[in-house]
Amino acid sequence: MLRYALKRLASLIVSLAVASVVIFLVVEVAPGDPASFMLGINARPDTVAALRAELGLDASPLQRYLAWVGGMLTGDFGTSYTYRTPVSEMIGDRLWISLPLAIYALTLSTLIAFPAGILAASRRGSPRDIGVMAATQLGVAIPNFWFAMLLVLLFAINLRWFSAGGFPGWDNPFQAMKALTLPAIALALPQAAILARVMRSALIDILSEDFIRTARAKGLTRGQALRRHGLRNALIPVLTIIGLQFSFLLAGAIIIEQVFFLPGLGRLIFQSITQRDLIVVESVVMLLVFAVILVNFLVDLAYAAVDPRLRTRA
Amino acid sequence: MSRNLLIGGALTALFVAATLLSFFWTPGDVEALDIARRLRPPGAENLLGTDHFGRDILSMIMVGARTSIAVALVAVGIGMGLGVPLGLAAAANSGGWLDEVISRLSDLIFAFPSLVIAILITAVFGAGAINAIIAIGIFNIPVFARLTRGAALSLWKREFIMAARVSGKSRARISAEHILPNVANLLIVQGTIQFSLGILAEAALSYVGLGAQPPVPSWGRMLADAQTMVALAPHVAIIPGLAIVFMVLGLNLLGDGLRDALDPRLKVMRT
Amino acid sequence: MTRPLSSGRTHPLDPEGAPPLLDISGLTVTIHDKTILDAISLQIAAGEIVALTGESGSGKSITAFATMGLLPSVAKATGRISLDGEDLLSQPESRLCALRGNAMGMIFQEPMTALNPVQTIGAQVMETILIHADATRAAGEDARPPIRAEERAREVLDRVGLPQDRFPLSRYPHELSGGQRQRVVIAMAIALRPALLIADEPTTALDVTTQAQILDLLGELVREDGMALMMITHDLAVVSDMADRIAVMRKGEIVEQGPTATLFAQMRHPYTRALFEASRHKADLGQTRPENTLLRVEGVSRDYALPRTKLFAPRAHFRAVDRVSFDIRRGERVGLVGESGCGKSTLTRAILGLEAVAEGRITLDGEPVFTEGHPNLAVRRKMQVVFQDPYGSFNPRHRVDRLITEPFHLLPDPPKGAARTQAIADALTAVGLQPGDAGKYIHAFSGGQRQRIAIARALIIRPELIVFDEAVSALDVRVRAQILDLMAQLSRDYGLTYLFISHDLSVVRSITDRVLVMRAGRIVEQGVTTEVFDTPAHAYTRALVAAAPTLPEEGAS
Repeated sequence: MLRYALKRLASLIVSLAVASVVIFLVVEVAPGDPASFMLGINARPDTVAALRAELGLDASPLQRYLAWVGGMLTGDFGTSYTYRTPVSEMIGDRLWISLPLAIYALTLSTLIAFPAGILAASRRGSPRDIGVMAATQLGVAIPNFWFAMLLVLLFAINLRWFSAGGFPGWDNPFQAMKALTLPAIALALPQAAILARVMRSALIDILSEDFIRTARAKGLTRGQALRRHGLRNALIPVLTIIGLQFSFLLAGAIIIEQVFFLPGLGRLIFQSITQRDLIVVESVVMLLVFAVILVNFLVDLAYAAVDPRLRTRA
Repeated sequence: MSRNLLIGGALTALFVAATLLSFFWTPGDVEALDIARRLRPPGAENLLGTDHFGRDILSMIMVGARTSIAVALVAVGIGMGLGVPLGLAAAANSGGWLDEVISRLSDLIFAFPSLVIAILITAVFGAGAINAIIAIGIFNIPVFARLTRGAALSLWKREFIMAARVSGKSRARISAEHILPNVANLLIVQGTIQFSLGILAEAALSYVGLGAQPPVPSWGRMLADAQTMVALAPHVAIIPGLAIVFMVLGLNLLGDGLRDALDPRLKVMRT
Repeated sequence: MTRPLSSGRTHPLDPEGAPPLLDISGLTVTIHDKTILDAISLQIAAGEIVALTGESGSGKSITAFATMGLLPSVAKATGRISLDGEDLLSQPESRLCALRGNAMGMIFQEPMTALNPVQTIGAQVMETILIHADATRAAGEDARPPIRAEERAREVLDRVGLPQDRFPLSRYPHELSGGQRQRVVIAMAIALRPALLIADEPTTALDVTTQAQILDLLGELVREDGMALMMITHDLAVVSDMADRIAVMRKGEIVEQGPTATLFAQMRHPYTRALFEASRHKADLGQTRPENTLLRVEGVSRDYALPRTKLFAPRAHFRAVDRVSFDIRRGERVGLVGESGCGKSTLTRAILGLEAVAEGRITLDGEPVFTEGHPNLAVRRKMQVVFQDPYGSFNPRHRVDRLITEPFHLLPDPPKGAARTQAIADALTAVGLQPGDAGKYIHAFSGGQRQRIAIARALIIRPELIVFDEAVSALDVRVRAQILDLMAQLSRDYGLTYLFISHDLSVVRSITDRVLVMRAGRIVEQGVTTEVFDTPAHAYTRALVAAAPTLPEEGAS
């Protein structure tokens, strides 16, 4: 088990290292010099040079890469070109919107998808199954940001149950959660549709396995066999999808923030893109990649908890 | 023919036909602005109403479908064109360094949040359809590489492949002659699904302004433009969204229908 | 090794005594209006072993599933199945659940997949006990004293030969071998001492020595607990000295049933006789005069790297083939027998030049089969192979002509046009098919016909040596006998040399002149087939021969 965990950890570190190089290189080859961009086209060459020195842009790419990575390891994400404030500060507040939003959505999606998938699989071909499958087919096809607009139209504009956007801050957790509810639903439902389909097909596959037949021969009812032997085995493919979905939810959160005017990481990224504040873009992207890789590492550990074969084989 | 195949095929054909038609004829002019006729609800004159510049929404959707279909199609092409040979090569050299490199690389790309990287790419290299294609296409490569590798690996264990090896055929030749035709069904079905995901991704990118740029119409930007007017004229926001839903639904049903028709046991990847 | 004896009852159904425990009468099963079982009747008394035998598709397993109430939902069953006087077909599902695992238990063919991979063996054995304890409690019946599940699970695992010190309850299925897993499945089935045990091909997936142990165990359980055992098998020999009675099935009907000895002595139905004769079929090999050496295997070893057990330790290696040497002379028919994992598949791949060897040399006609990392095509031209699986051996997308001409790829100047058509027609005719079959797809053929096509593919370039890799193992006995005859005939007509690899001693005996016995990567014994099997020299060969089930001599009672 320890061996397995160490192996996954090593793979996590390699992934992060490669990711940081890729992100750095992409930003490196970006056309345009941040210093000249910040100072405008009329700036004098010596002013630009001074600013370049101040921003550390005159160092070699390798030095800048090491400085960037080294900084991130100590929590220093550099200084925004535009605002001249530490990027870590800018990220800090906004992270507390995007991250809870993604987790809120992931929770909702799982809570919806598991029962729906189990319901559909346990009575394959029944009206319940057909109903769930039709709903998920539709759910998969709906763009989350458009769904978000429909939710705003219905619940904020017509029914006035929720506000159409903005975020009141975490001082009042109830209000904060309320502000995140519509965005989370918009994110969660399309993902839940996919997850429910995966859950259903994983369960159906497992229900045709020999060990389910063995369980039935022991006197378990269909339902007992599904719950006691099907679920835990179905969890293995389902976990994979949950891991992949986290990445989609984070990206989705960035877009949904646009619909609800939430001051999260998404807003920060798009703002920084228009201002060519590439150090912010670079750091936020790295942070998101880190979150995704970390979640996938946790999923790998969860595999081992579910499947004893992984623990010994590694 | 199954119901899925019928409905999915019909929806897809409808969109493709409308797109092709748009090159010759549209009900209205998508470039002429007419503020006087702005935000008209659906009616006899403008079947699906007009937008905030008075343009005919049906025409906008027909022309916008070009962007969606082109971006998604080329992105699937990139994914298949590079992913399938990589997957075949990895499976043919299973356990070797090439397999290791290809598998590790696809794992790595999978670990990246795709839309975030798409945002990074378009942010750095500028917004536009071409960069959107590249950004979406890159993430299709590991999908096809993994899928092909997995399917090919189980075929390599089959006895008819052993028989071909005993007949002295090279691994490359066996891959082309025996493996590829036997994974083709799977690739067709997965291609349909990736195509629909491409439509969704293109819409998302152009919604945040990183896809096709004005004046090229696109469904995502129609939605972005409509956002501020959603209370005033809901149809401007609802109709382009429905276009996306029906196109994606059609493709997904087509994919499911094809799978059922070709081989119900095919295991496609869905995320 | 002693074989389990029958429970000793010669007249199991005492007309004066108690009614049979299991009484199936007029059982008919249809699926989508197709009759799968046609009005079969069968009785099993307590303490009796009744074997159900027949070829695939005869309805043996369906009978078992109908009894357990585990038929697929599309199947409709009519007639009567009564267990201890209770008609099972009219019971609701809840009652059947209470009976399954409690009054009747079942064992399956595939021990590798019959256990839940993510639960310990202890939990899975205990589940049988707990699920019925729950049910009893729920029904408000507290007549039975609560069984301490863990204690009972331990007891029953000990009973099936999985002692505490090596097999604690916390073991997972993947840590056990196939035979050990089958013991766990048996433990689950007998945990509550059911009156009826159904075993559906319980040893078919196991090696011959493991098979003998499992059969011993089942016989012992029946004897000691007085259980009734319904034993389903395609192999007459397996049940010939174990069953009290045998029922022979064919296409959903029981064509003949009776006490084992009487049945073998009389064989009233021609189908029974056909099965019996096919099972002990001896192909007519004719005379052969072996000439010069064709294949030479000299000191061949092959290693596989094992996964690292410590992070930085060097990889350990597993020696699959260990310094193997033997010769095959032109015109010889040589068998290679061994149990799963003995290295025979690895050796086969090395001989075919599909893999390099770690040390040693393999030559055909003096030329190495594998040189400098590449198979030697000039040598490979002289060698072909026939595999086990008639369904996996062909690309489903190609027609027969393309399938069987694939080896032409090895020829520098393959025949074209009329010469090619002639070659295809000759090959198909040689294996008993029609030249007109060349245009068909493989799915148009039965398993036996597919094996003929596989042989045609091997013959088409007139190889010097054919390797038959378990080539008849997937076939029903009567088809198997036909294919063995075909091989013998081809060998007589063309002076064919072959290496016949199999786990099945009786088949090897019937089709080879000389035999090699392989164990743990080594050839432990070799010699003339009849001599090796009649007077085995090595202890392992003796164990193999003793464990192999045999049919009684014809007419013996």
